[in-house]
Amino acid sequence: MSKIKCFWLVMAVGLLISFAGSAFASPTEIHWWHAMRGSRGEVVQTIVDSFNNSQSDYKVVATYKGAYDEVVNAGVAAVRAGKQPHILQAFEVGTQTMMLSGAIYPIHELMADKGYKVDWSQYLQPVLSYYMNADGNLMSMPFNSSTPVMYYNVDLFKQAGIPMLSKDTPITWDELGDITGKLVKSGVEGGLVTAWQSWTQVENYSAIHNIPFASKSNGYEGLDTELMINNDKVINHVARLKSWMADKRFFYGGQKYQGPKSEFIAQNAGVYIDSISGIAKLKSAVNDFSWDVAPLPVEAWMKEPQNSIIGGASLWVFKGLPKKDYAGVAAFMKHLAGNESQILWHKETGYFPITLTAYDKLKADGYYEANPLQEVGIKQLTRRIPTKISRGLRLGYFIQIRNIINEELELVWNDSKTPKQAMDNAVARSNVKLREFERTYK
Amino acid sequence: MSDTLFDMIKKRSYFKSRRLPYLLILPQILVTATFFYWPAIQGIVASFQLSDPFGFRTQFVWFDNYIALFIDPLYLKSILTTLFFSGSVALVSICGGLFLATMANRVLKFTSLTRTFLIWPYAIAPAISGILWLFLLHPSYGVVAIFIEEWFNIDWNPLLESSHAMLMIVMASAWKNISYNFVFFLAGLQAIPHSLIEAAAMDGASPFRRFWAITFPLLSPTMFFVTVMTIIFSFFESFGIIHAVTQGGPGGSTNILVYKVYQDGFIGLNLGSSSAQSVVLMGLIILITVLQFKYVERKVQYTG
Repeated sequence: MSKIKCFWLVMAVGLLISFAGSAFASPTEIHWWHAMRGSRGEVVQTIVDSFNNSQSDYKVVATYKGAYDEVVNAGVAAVRAGKQPHILQAFEVGTQTMMLSGAIYPIHELMADKGYKVDWSQYLQPVLSYYMNADGNLMSMPFNSSTPVMYYNVDLFKQAGIPMLSKDTPITWDELGDITGKLVKSGVEGGLVTAWQSWTQVENYSAIHNIPFASKSNGYEGLDTELMINNDKVINHVARLKSWMADKRFFYGGQKYQGPKSEFIAQNAGVYIDSISGIAKLKSAVNDFSWDVAPLPVEAWMKEPQNSIIGGASLWVFKGLPKKDYAGVAAFMKHLAGNESQILWHKETGYFPITLTAYDKLKADGYYEANPLQEVGIKQLTRRIPTKISRGLRLGYFIQIRNIINEELELVWNDSKTPKQAMDNAVARSNVKLREFERTYK
Repeated sequence: MSDTLFDMIKKRSYFKSRRLPYLLILPQILVTATFFYWPAIQGIVASFQLSDPFGFRTQFVWFDNYIALFIDPLYLKSILTTLFFSGSVALVSICGGLFLATMANRVLKFTSLTRTFLIWPYAIAPAISGILWLFLLHPSYGVVAIFIEEWFNIDWNPLLESSHAMLMIVMASAWKNISYNFVFFLAGLQAIPHSLIEAAAMDGASPFRRFWAITFPLLSPTMFFVTVMTIIFSFFESFGIIHAVTQGGPGGSTNILVYKVYQDGFIGLNLGSSSAQSVVLMGLIILITVLQFKYVERKVQYTG
């Protein structure tokens, strides 16, 4: 065979292969690792399916990688191995670690680079502000966001002659003291229990009353931040809860939510503070009494209480993947923030819709008239423009800091320490962690 | 007689090729290297570094992570907690296992059935064991907790009382380990020649005295082995129980070393500190294992 003939043959075969390749080109896969299990996982899949069916260029593959901490660890390991997914769901306490990782493609850049003009003012500001950097640029896409509210047992309230609570105007902590006192007198075993005590009683208490949690605007403006929760107001709040323990107006049900929730379900406690995402769980678990939701109590001196802060997780985009993939990631993010996805997400899981347009649509459709419980959290979250103090917390090693606060609070509850000693110690211990973090990222 | 036949009669196996033995142990060396030496070396290296979780910023900090650990009063407290916890688990599970084994050794009917039942708890995963004990002892819905409160008039609350929480995880860990110790004690008891005990009985020794003067000393190698194994178990395997029952609370009073490594490293992503903690833990275990080889191997009688 002559050389020329051979050349043409190779060319022909090459062309044929490349034609075949493009004719059967499979869509680019976009990998999303998440921590949504059970019914939440099903909603995630529904949203993904609707995106995949809406176009043929990209195929989002959503994978459940375990609980929040496991997903973050999976992400860390994947980045180290150079096999990162496109999108990773990371919980809010990991925000600082993700933001400083150097492994992410900030969402505001991604959307701008891919030609999406997103009107960020149409998003719920207290949700966005948690994931913005100091310059007000959004670093990750908010996904599942919740905030704590107060649940109460309607039957026990009636039995003790306590009027029902407003869904808009918060009661004061003093009023809650009277209410829980009446509950206990009426024969209920205990008054108040709270889930996630650091989040609800220290972090959110500080935000609502506009008390700095940490210096440097809660850590937004510098790694040299220090915890400030040993202020009089927080100490007094802890001391009040401790004093309520004497007659069981308040009692301790455990750090997470399972213990406190079971106390509320067993009617051992008449009032229960937990995330709005507890609504769905209580609806399925409680069948022998009726309950309702009210905003978190505030201090009598706080005439204009601030917004509460969020918990939950956001979606981070990793860099270093093929350029063409990112157009798909951006398209999926747009789909995710769209009304259809957000309304489905909110209705099915109770997490907030992240855009005002979705919220307005739900209002216009009369959803909140039929489901008034779902709106208590949104109203509490959006009742004020967030200040530099109430917009969120940005701390390194925040998980350990939460652990420290939990431990020190437990030492107050079991009489080992006074509230002041405990908060001072929590600050000192947390500052060691913050300095270690600062040194790592210097 | 030819050489080969002579080799066959010799008891020891003999390889002509010098490389074959190395080839035969290669798989095991590969497994150990991959799953022990490689991660252990990585851990030691990481313990001298300050690093972000993604590994983009790593600086060598000499012994800073260790110094930080040993000036932290809570870490020292965690060591003491671990030693107390391990000691208690060892005490309860060894006494329990020995008692059950002595009794089971005398059972005449349904012997294998009884023994099988007594071994069962060991087949339960630590986390499940923790949950079972939580169901029994939870202050709100625990069956036993209600009895404790009503009969002894104790305000039982492991969520807040450190001693109650410690008691709960010791029980959950020891209960599981009683079965393991039971197996070894039973084997040890059966290896003791009957003639010795019969001779003592003929000399008029009471059953209690026979136990202390004959059975117990002859069981001592087993005892030592079981103690070492139980302590190693309570250092590591009890992780599942603590994770399911107390998560180290209340106020850090059940935060044993291995749980702290997990909390700081896996949850908190503080890799330098948790690597240093793992190295300390590894050192402790190496120490215990050295003790085991030095004292136990010498004493254990493998033949009856």
